[in-house]
Formats: sequence, structure tokens, C-alpha cells
Amino acid sequence: MTAAVVSDALEQEHVESHLHPEPTYDLEAHPTPTGREEIWRFTPLKRLRGLLEDTPAAGSLERKLELPDGVTLSELSLEEASALGGTAPFDRLGALAARNAGSAVLLDVAAEADVTEPVRVQLHGTGTEEAVAGRVVIRVGRHARAVVLVEHSGSTTYNGFTTVLLGDGAQLDLVHVNDWADDAVHAEQINARVGRDATLRQFEFTLGGDLVRTSTNVDYAGPGGTAELFGLYFADAGQHFEHRLFVDHNAPKTTSNVVYKGALQGEKAHTVWIGNVLIRKVAEGIETYEENRNLVLTDGCQADSVPNLEIETGEIEGAGHASAVGRFDDNQLFYLRSRGISEAEARKLVVRGFFDDLIRKVTVPELAEKLSAQVEEELQRHVLADLELA
Amino acid sequence: MSTLEIKDLQVQVQTEDGPKEILKGVTLTIKDGETHAIMGPNGSGKSTLAYSIAGHPRYEITGGTVTLDGEDVLEMSVDERARAGLFLAMQYPVEVPGVSVANFLRTAKTAIDGEAPKLRTWVKEVNGAMERMNLDASFSQRSVNEGFSGGEKKRHEIAQLDLLDPKVAILDETDSGLDIDALKVVSAGVNRFREREGKGVLLITHYTRILRYIKPDHVHVFVAGKVAESGGPELAEELEANGYERFLEAAV
Repeated sequence: MTAAVVSDALEQEHVESHLHPEPTYDLEAHPTPTGREEIWRFTPLKRLRGLLEDTPAAGSLERKLELPDGVTLSELSLEEASALGGTAPFDRLGALAARNAGSAVLLDVAAEADVTEPVRVQLHGTGTEEAVAGRVVIRVGRHARAVVLVEHSGSTTYNGFTTVLLGDGAQLDLVHVNDWADDAVHAEQINARVGRDATLRQFEFTLGGDLVRTSTNVDYAGPGGTAELFGLYFADAGQHFEHRLFVDHNAPKTTSNVVYKGALQGEKAHTVWIGNVLIRKVAEGIETYEENRNLVLTDGCQADSVPNLEIETGEIEGAGHASAVGRFDDNQLFYLRSRGISEAEARKLVVRGFFDDLIRKVTVPELAEKLSAQVEEELQRHVLADLELA
Repeated sequence: MSTLEIKDLQVQVQTEDGPKEILKGVTLTIKDGETHAIMGPNGSGKSTLAYSIAGHPRYEITGGTVTLDGEDVLEMSVDERARAGLFLAMQYPVEVPGVSVANFLRTAKTAIDGEAPKLRTWVKEVNGAMERMNLDASFSQRSVNEGFSGGEKKRHEIAQLDLLDPKVAILDETDSGLDIDALKVVSAGVNRFREREGKGVLLITHYTRILRYIKPDHVHVFVAGKVAESGGPELAEELEANGYERFLEAAV
């Protein structure tokens, strides 16, 4: 352990909570879950295909890169990756990924670099047989600005541990597109530390896979930081998509805004959204808001949505949350149809409208268009196909 | 020509205590180019009549017929009714988040005409309709009814009436909640529609105020789910002077 890691660990006052266990790289401290624990109770553990076992991960993902000027990629040992800082794994999956990845990849944006072209990382799975473990560090130097787009596709059994480090005044748009094949299993923990006056905007778009479970954990290295965490998911029959967010307001005058929206269709489509916010004693003057909305498009789906707020100081600007699970609003459909718009077209409009504010926030224009098209394609699979049959 | 014919219409809704009959045999014919006002106290079933004609799924038709130019309206789906030429301006227009007014209007116009409107003339038409209703040009970029004031919602309904150009318009308490300036703008919009060839209007209202700006050919007093009395504009004047009491007593 380097001095930086020790001081990180010591500075934080411990807050007892079943919602977010103590982070550590020590696997012993993260026993194999039974499934009854708060952080595991929504996840179908059997479908993780052995990702909770401590076995070497022999598989890999095909990687394609587009690195604009000012951005470098290098290999590190796992020890070197941990020494760069950031929060240790909160759960067993994260600890296993960090331990079994073999080596780590550092994506480095130089200080004060203004990278206008997106950094693109395409990760493609070529089979589910051999498990893949990944360890990535994304570091954005002070006052630098960058967009990083990570696109997942193909078949895999993948467990990733990603550390995001934003220097003072840095700005990062981090976009994850999880558009896996139907048989993919993907677990990932993304632990981000936001520097003083830095801004992290993260987008997660989860559209495909058998099971996807991501945990994003954010804390702050100083006052004035902002974390905006946006997500969109569209679960089909049998798919389990789980997004867990934890914002640890451990510094004053910090801001967080979490908005996740999902649609579900088809038998046994299951989505889980957990939004945890901790406001520590020192975190005076912070502002936080978290929101999750789910649109249940057919019978037989389940959307779990749990916002949690732990407050240790009342000296804040604001803290709020909203959570909703609903069906198509009959009145909306009636209004549109009363103007001559067919039922199928009306449903398309409503769903497109539901996701529109999130998609419009994406700073990569061709990606926004692609996502709109994909949402429509998803709709065609059940909601619109069912209408044609009826 | 356009004739909306309602014969002995009976409608019920499901409540916790079982089905409840709301319309108890309504008969009404709106002929080519006529404007009919339906006036009645709260709870008399005026809005039920409007929504039943438009096909809202909450209202169950238990008897009677509705035809538009001889076509069976009750057999049609909600959107088919609109494409056949019916338009309902709603008392409480519904918010559709994320769907812009521009997109909504273009989609509706395309559905009703069966082809997309020509882009250049359409944008002009939309801007013209907005301007006539005192709505800012930026209005088209807002989400349908989301964050609109009460007056903006009603003016937006009448802008749609202008652009979609139905055969028969049903206006469900379009005047309620409007201040005098907005009422004049809305009334002028409805009158412009009436000036077009052969348009029918069914104006449902609680107040006589709007009838100073929109002159009906026929006035019907609606009480307890049916037409209690029909007459000319003078019937509205009587209501203005004496209220609904005479009709309520008769219904008891």
C-alpha cells in the first residue's frame, strides 16, 4: 500500500450501514453471498455463471480503440493500478475482478488536454465459456476535458472493475453502452473519485444481455465536485438488468444528480435500480437528487426501484428523490389517438418521449441517433408485434 | 356535408359499487354547418357525452347509436373516429412528456390526411395557427401540454382544431378556467373554424359567458344524463337569468 491509499482509508470516518459495506481489496472481507444480503437480494446469483468464485479468469474481450491526441493507453500491474488511488471494491464481484484480471489498463488523459473527439473503446465478447476479468483505470488530469465511450457487444461472462479518477477541475463524459448478445453475463463495478470542482457525467445504456449488474460508486476528493449519473435500460423477456448507484457526499458543496429510466417488456423481464446517497457530517451545502422511472409495457415484468438517503447533516442545499413504476398511461394514449394517431404510433411516441430527455443529454451525436433507433427496435420486438397480432 | 347523429345513447361506467348509468338516452342531430350548445350543471353527464363520442375506453355504450354521415362511429377505434372527421377539444388536455408539439402535430396531420404534409407549407401553417392563438413560435418545441398554463392548453387545443380541420368539433368546456382575454382568443378560433364550409360544432359548457362570443344555432339543456329541453339562443338567455333550477326541479 502506498501512502496515498493509506491516507484515503484513514481520512474517511466510518458510517455503519448495511447499504454499502466497507470497501477493501481483501477478498476475505467479501464472503460468498447467500443471496439474502441487502446488496445481493435482487440478483439471481445462479445466473452469474460462477463469477462469484475465486478462479483465474482465462478469457478475454476483443478490443478496438480510437485514441485522440492527448490520450494514452498503457498496461499496469494490478498493484500499480490500485496505487493510483480511488475507492477499493465494495463487494465480492469487484474484489474478484480486481484480483483476477491479470493486469490493468490505464487510460490517461493528460492534464489540461481538451480532447474534443470521443475516446472510443469497443469491447466485444467472443464466447461465454471462459470467464473474463477486467481492470481498468480512467484518469483525467486536472482541468482536462474528455468524452470516453465504452461499447460492449457480443457473448461473454465478464466481470469488470473500473476506477475513474478526475483531477481538480476536470470534466469527463463517460458513456457505457451495454448492448450484449442475449447470452452475455456482465458484472461491473465503477468507482469514481471526483476532484475539486470537477464534473463527471456518466451514462449507462443497457439494452442487451442475459444478466447485467453494474454498481457505480462516486465520492469526492474535494469540495465543489459534480456527479451526474444518467442511465437508460430496456429489458426484454427473461433479462435481468440491475443498476446500483451510490453517491458518497464526503466533501462540502458537492452536487449529485442521478436519473435512470427504464422500460420493460416480455415475460420475466426484471430490472433493479438501487440509488443510495450518503451525506456525511462534513458535507455541508451539498445538493443531491436521484430519480428512477420505469415504464412497464407488458404483463409479466418486474421493476424494483429503491432509493435510499442517509443524512448525517441537515446543513445542506437540498436532497430529494423520486421513484416510479408505471404502465402506459391510458389518458396519454387516448389523447394521441383522439388526434388520429394509431395505437402503435402513439405507443412509439410515448416511449420515445419517455427516454427523450436522457438521450438528448448524450454529447456524441451519432450515438444519440443510434440509441433512439435501438429503442424503437426494442419496441418492435414485443409491444408493437403484439399489437399487430391483436 | 357532415351530419353527426346521436340516437338514444346510453352509457355506463364501472364504479366500486358496480356499473353506474350516466347517459340515459341522448338524442341529438348536428346538421351541416350547425353549432349546438349543450349546457348543464356539474355531474349532468355533459363530459361523458363528449368522451363517449370520442371513444374513451372508460365509457361503456349500453344502447343507442352514433353516426357521422351515416357511418357507425361506435364501431370505430378512437383513432379511426378522428380520421373519420371527429375532433374532441378536451377540458383537461393530457401532458405527453418528451413529445414536442411540432412532432405531435405533424404525426397527427399525417395520420389524418394519410400522407405527410409538405414541409414548407406545413411549417407556415403551424406558425400561422400558433400566431392566431397568441402562442409564441417557440411553443412548437415544448412537450405537449407539459408545463402549459390552463389558457395555453386550451389555445393549443383550438390551434389543433384549426390545423387538423375535422368535420365536427366537440368542445368540452373549452371556456372553463379562461380569463376574458383568452376566452376571446379561443372563441375567435372556434368562429374561424365555423366559417369553413359545412363544419359542425358541439359546444359543451357550464357557463353562458362563451355564448356571447360563439352564437349557437341550437341550445340544449342537459340534466341527469339526457336532454331536458331544446331551443334557440333564447334558451341560453333564460339560463343566464334564472339558472338551472327550473330544470333540476323538473328532473327530480
